[in-house]
Amino acid sequence: MSVSEALKSRDASLLPSRRDEAWRYTDLRAAVRTIPEPSPLGTVPAAPGPFAAIKADRALVIINGRGPEVLSLDTGQVLCVELRLVADSHATSHQSDLRIDLASGAHLTLLESHEGRGAAYLSSANLIVHLAEGASLERVVILDEPSDAVSVITADITLSPGASLKQTVLTRGASRQRFETQVTHPGGGASVRLDGVYMLADKCHTDLTTIVTHVGPGGTTDQLTKGAVRDASRAVFQGQIQVQPGADQTDARMGHHALILSDRAEIDAKPELEIFADDVSCAHGNTVGALDEDALFYICSRGVPLDQARAMLVQAFGLEVIGRIETEAVREVAQAWLAEVGAGGSDGL
Amino acid sequence: MLSVSNLHVAVGGTEILKGLSLEIPAGEVHAVMGPNGAGKSTLSYTLAGRQGYEVTSGSASLNGEDLLAMAANERAAKGLFLSFQYPLEIPGVPSLTFIRTALNAQRKARGEDEIGAPAFLKLAREQAAKLKIEFDMLKRPLNVGFSGGEKKRMEIFQMAMLSPQFLILDETDSGLDIDALRIVSEGVNALRSPERGMLVITHYQRLLDYIKPDRVHVLAGGKIVASGGPELALELEDTGYDRFAQAAA
Repeated sequence: MSVSEALKSRDASLLPSRRDEAWRYTDLRAAVRTIPEPSPLGTVPAAPGPFAAIKADRALVIINGRGPEVLSLDTGQVLCVELRLVADSHATSHQSDLRIDLASGAHLTLLESHEGRGAAYLSSANLIVHLAEGASLERVVILDEPSDAVSVITADITLSPGASLKQTVLTRGASRQRFETQVTHPGGGASVRLDGVYMLADKCHTDLTTIVTHVGPGGTTDQLTKGAVRDASRAVFQGQIQVQPGADQTDARMGHHALILSDRAEIDAKPELEIFADDVSCAHGNTVGALDEDALFYICSRGVPLDQARAMLVQAFGLEVIGRIETEAVREVAQAWLAEVGAGGSDGL
Repeated sequence: MLSVSNLHVAVGGTEILKGLSLEIPAGEVHAVMGPNGAGKSTLSYTLAGRQGYEVTSGSASLNGEDLLAMAANERAAKGLFLSFQYPLEIPGVPSLTFIRTALNAQRKARGEDEIGAPAFLKLAREQAAKLKIEFDMLKRPLNVGFSGGEKKRMEIFQMAMLSPQFLILDETDSGLDIDALRIVSEGVNALRSPERGMLVITHYQRLLDYIKPDRVHVLAGGKIVASGGPELALELEDTGYDRFAQAAA
């Protein structure tokens, strides 16, 4: 059962559904009755992508699944790449595949955007990423898709000892949207940071799923996801950390914190730690709550209208995650995204 | 200026204020003193417009305008400022950004133009220097990780920046050492003017050595049970609140 297979064979019955444990909160089969026609060629969008303010060394554009298929960095190479996956698609479907290889000591800043220029499309994007020894990847992803799209993005990332992965995903959801990251973590001083921010409204849905498998000793994983749901939106967080036998001295922590801003909104959180090694430090924290009434009154008592006070607190809530982005220029883009997405809204946000 | 008449307020169905009346003209500083549980914080929260404080009867107005009909932010735009006993931490919002947002929201509500960044920064630097607040502190998220004294100084700084017409100081002395108390009091005294009124709510007389009131009121059992000149505060210091608590019962 996978989206890729369903797309290839154009058989909607192969889409994952709530009967698949890993997809129980994101039922694609219920959302897609028939696989839409394949997407046409598409055209390069005139508007710049969300990372346009940053001078990248290279820009890669994949439109409706067509574009470059490999990105390789040589030993010690340092590169900043703007990667735009564009869906110029109306009620059609497509799949994108990209392989990224970082040779030892290479450093890639990947500014990745998934931009829906059309409507009601079904898209799937798969990244296969390999980091050689001492390589590092800073991946910042903005998902900017229409509220009627169905989109699944997966990344399968394999690290070598001494490698580093720092990932932040920012999303406002879609009709159904899944952003899945699978990491094979060798330990040996390799480090992983997996972060996310979601800001959902209307009937949007997003599913942030991570599976980190520690296979060797001495690895660290640090995860922080925060988000807010209003109207009738729904966010899913599934975070799994597996520590396999022999992966001693693993240090892993996972946090997921959410604000529910409407009675009709929903959060489904499933943190899972599976530990089969000794001498391991693992922790997870998961909280769901409402905005702090005391803080709201304090802000309003200074003259700020209630709607604006709410937006201020919601943005502040997400800002902790964005503050962990190391590159300043990238952090600023993420802050601007949060200010824009956190401020708008119909029910007083 | 501030006029409160026969105010009855219930919180969670329990009546806390039971017919409180108070008149504070422009240019005067009045102190409200009272034992724990007398309704001091209820009075300040009700005047500032906090939700959950249900006014069952009575009235409160500022310059003749009905405060109780306004939302909290509208009261602020009309010139009311409450300095909190326990100022809240607002993570992620730099103090200066917060104050500028508040100031511009107030100005917009009053139909005034927004203040520009250069004029705002100039004012902020002047006021920060007066209150011995390091300018770098103003770039940090509001009150996050600040000490009790720093939070209170930040309240006075906000007050100075927003330049309200009427100030309510709720237990401003709590958690302050003598040096901080002096700096905060000087900040408050600098704001005294013939156009401005102040309500100083306190449990202890100590604060009134620094912020000298024109009138002192004793709040007990949800209403004002005695009023007098500054000497009333000194008298309370000697005799305690007991006789007033009995009078109110």
